[in-house]
Amino acid sequence: MAKSALLKSSIAKKYWMALTGLFLCLFLAGHLAGNLQLLVPNNALNFNQYALFMTTNPAVKVLSYLTYISILFHAIDGFLLTYQNAKARPIGYAKSNPSANSSFSSRNMALLGTIVLVFIVTHMVNFWAKMHFDKNMPLMTQSIEGQPGMKQDFYVGTQAGQYYPVEQVEIGTHTDEHNHAPKQFKLVKKTELYHAQANVKVADLYKDLYKITLAFFRDAKYGLYFTIGYVLAMFALGFHLWHGFQSAFQSLGLNSPKYTPIIKFIGKAFAVIVPLLFAIIPLYIHFTK
Amino acid sequence: MSTAKNININLKIWRQKNANDKGGIVDYKLDNVSTASSFLEMLDQLNEQLINNKQEPVAFDHDCREGICGMCSLYINGRAHGPETGTTTCQLHMRKFKDGDTIYIEPFRSKAFPVVKDLVVDRSSFDRIQQAGGFVSVNTSGNTIDANATPVPKDDADKAFMAAACIGCGACVATCKNGSAMLFVGAKVSQYALLPQGKVEAAQRVQNMVRQMDEEGFGNCTNTGACEIECPKGISLENIARMNREFLKASL
Ligand code: HEM
Ligand code: SF4
Ligand code: FES
Repeated sequence: MAKSALLKSSIAKKYWMALTGLFLCLFLAGHLAGNLQLLVPNNALNFNQYALFMTTNPAVKVLSYLTYISILFHAIDGFLLTYQNAKARPIGYAKSNPSANSSFSSRNMALLGTIVLVFIVTHMVNFWAKMHFDKNMPLMTQSIEGQPGMKQDFYVGTQAGQYYPVEQVEIGTHTDEHNHAPKQFKLVKKTELYHAQANVKVADLYKDLYKITLAFFRDAKYGLYFTIGYVLAMFALGFHLWHGFQSAFQSLGLNSPKYTPIIKFIGKAFAVIVPLLFAIIPLYIHFTK
Repeated sequence: MSTAKNININLKIWRQKNANDKGGIVDYKLDNVSTASSFLEMLDQLNEQLINNKQEPVAFDHDCREGICGMCSLYINGRAHGPETGTTTCQLHMRKFKDGDTIYIEPFRSKAFPVVKDLVVDRSSFDRIQQAGGFVSVNTSGNTIDANATPVPKDDADKAFMAAACIGCGACVATCKNGSAMLFVGAKVSQYALLPQGKVEAAQRVQNMVRQMDEEGFGNCTNTGACEIECPKGISLENIARMNREFLKASL
């Protein structure tokens, strides 16, 4: 395993670790920019537009595959390194004083990374998988006041000005066909809206990730635990980056008396600001229900 | 006027008969240790006491005792070469300790540094890394060029000299949580890569030395920076970065 071409030498492993780690930092910045829209109240349309863009745009798709590969490679390479490093000292010291010469973060990258990995997996199950595969993913509706005091719910299409009354859309199989007048529209392949009689497509509807997200962190029973878990994972990420960001530059061979202090400063700022902003979002959602 | 005084100390020392023995920590009491003595002189005093009591003296490595040969080692109270930075064990003095102190003394621990006896470890893995590429091939046919005939920029010369200060003691490996030898190898690679005489073989050198380092079973650097702090010669992490750059250049 350790002899495969890409993982052959200790230094090659370091390069891969650093490149994937820095790419994941870029991913974090992009992901954060999108998530911050959740801090704007009643922002369903903007957020769902963003979610749709992220799941369908071809350029984003390439980036997201790179992200999946990076996470996998970074985690596997990280575990491999940690395993080999453990073997490099089969008999430990009776007394050691590691805090005299190294930071907590730098000594616990594997532990912190593992926490982040567990978080990523649960996070993907809760949001990513629902967005991609869940058949019961709700579609976005908007409540519009047609006449004063008369609110009506509409499905929203991806093109401007597309609104379809909820009660006019047939979802799933029509079991109660005989009891009701036939509906004007029907839903095909989760999000495509067809004209029922003419059988032509009229619009694409938005999956309502916004609603799912709010409901997740406001869940009466588990919302608080999900929020706490999220915040704890962000602490782990922060500590991982506290060491990791500047470490990646050293691994890549970029160390100079002139630039290294600047890189270290940026790394620490990144390690504090990015996880903090991520963590504020579920806290805000949970405590403003 | 001397400020030296005598202290009584408790020692917890790793004893191991030979490479196959399991070994373990043994407690000793040592009284009347002068604070003016060096750490190794303190061990000499202990050994005298042991010999007088018809016990086996503690084996430990040393040679120059003036901080230049890299032969002494020891992991003292959880730190390579003891609590003081920028010093080898032979340059550590008992004035750094207090009356009644308990001092742990263990060998440098690494898969690639097997214990020979007590506190003595076999660091020939470093020699093999050096033999894999830590040299400049010179044709000794009688037309050898004087080293000073080749101009070297002052900045490069200084950096090469600082890298060459590495005495190969292995404290970097001993202190690294990953048992990585990258500070040592980084210093050796840099010392040649910075000089015109060394540039010629730079690519093979870094590849061969890194391969040997991996084969010896040293761990992978994760940039904790512990080595730089414990290195008695102040070898900088910049040397590891330079080795990584050299390795990439050589591999592309
Ligand atoms: C978004 C998630 C993550 C980001 C942004 C990230 C970033 C980084 C960075 C920049 C480094 C420094 C690389 C270097 O020193 O060359 C690093 C190191 C490390 N990461 Fe991650 N990481 C993430 C997730 C993970 C995961 C899921 C694991 C899984 C176990 C992990 C395990 C490690 C380990 C063990 C190291 C230390 C290895 C070394 O220094 O060579 N990381 N990470
Ligand atoms: S780099 Fe420093 S600690 Fe490592 S072998 Fe050389 S002198 Fe010793
Ligand atoms: S005995 Fe030579 S450096 Fe310590």
